[in-house]
Amino acid sequence: MKPIKYLIILATVAGFAFTLQSPAAELSSLRGTVDIDQDSKSPEMKHYPKDGEPIVRDYVQQPPLVPHSINRYKINLKSNKCLGCHSWKNYRKNDATKISQTHFEDRDANVLANVSARRYFCTQCHVPQANAKPLVENEFKPVIAISGE
Amino acid sequence: MSNNSTEKSFLKSLWQTLKKPSVSFSLGALLTAGFFAGIIFWGGFNTAMEMTNTEEFCISCHEMEDNVFAEYQDTIHYANRTGVRATCPDCHVPKEWHYKVARKIQASNELLHKALGSIDTREKFEAKRLQLAQNVWRAMKSTDSRECRNCHDFDSMDFGEQGRRAIKQHSEALDTRATCIDCHKGIAHELPDMHSIDPTAVIGGN
Repeated sequence: MKPIKYLIILATVAGFAFTLQSPAAELSSLRGTVDIDQDSKSPEMKHYPKDGEPIVRDYVQQPPLVPHSINRYKINLKSNKCLGCHSWKNYRKNDATKISQTHFEDRDANVLANVSARRYFCTQCHVPQANAKPLVENEFKPVIAISGE
Repeated sequence: MSNNSTEKSFLKSLWQTLKKPSVSFSLGALLTAGFFAGIIFWGGFNTAMEMTNTEEFCISCHEMEDNVFAEYQDTIHYANRTGVRATCPDCHVPKEWHYKVARKIQASNELLHKALGSIDTREKFEAKRLQLAQNVWRAMKSTDSRECRNCHDFDSMDFGEQGRRAIKQHSEALDTRATCIDCHKGIAHELPDMHSIDPTAVIGGN
């Protein structure tokens, strides 16, 4: 009887010790497996391409992406750097894409004489693209009507 | 009355002394003394003028330090990839001597407005920002952006190294004899309210 008792105690202790050790070793977050009191390696800095051709859209009604760096561009009540080239007055001179007609409508579908307040902050929808690997796997494919493939 | 007449007679005798040829000093001694005095005065003048050509001097006024300098610290002329920095006088004071002196004489107007407190609060500065910006734009336009070109010259610019937007716009600018400030406004300080300049590039006016 006695050896079995020892065996049970041993197994319990071993199992307890295992549960104590293993979670820290197995738990992996986006931060990696580094312990909370250790510094994880900081990800590499992402660089936005300085300038490029317009980027093809991936789905219907996708806000077009910004194919150039917009570092230090300011958008406030006094000025909007984006509209300096992309407004209907300026786009031809700067060979830029003009903003969509939809941007002149307020939420009640009234057409205004200038950009609507709800469409004024360009970077809420239009973002530049760094060559960053997706954090999680993604198998999204654009429809043929858009990709042409 | 008596005071006035003694002053007059002092000035008169001084003038008489200056008019008369020197009796006790040789011409050589006078010329040598004059030469060295000239060096000291000229050097002193230029040194004093150069002391007003430093960032430290510019931001010794809170009007500059709290407004334009604070904004400039967020721009490419303050911090950038290669670590080359253009400070206040690099853009706002001409390098060539006679242009520099002319600008320094103009600056006496800025001293007047410092004394008047024309822009001594953020609100007053913001109210005048459009006018102040237009003054600088006009000056740069009239000199063909001379201070920009101390560093950025079309002759030393390799368009091939530039982005596609920059290639196109710089080539056009070269053809149409445009100058830097025509496009590059608001690169070192915040832009003023642009409603009166380009109403399509800012919200409002509906």
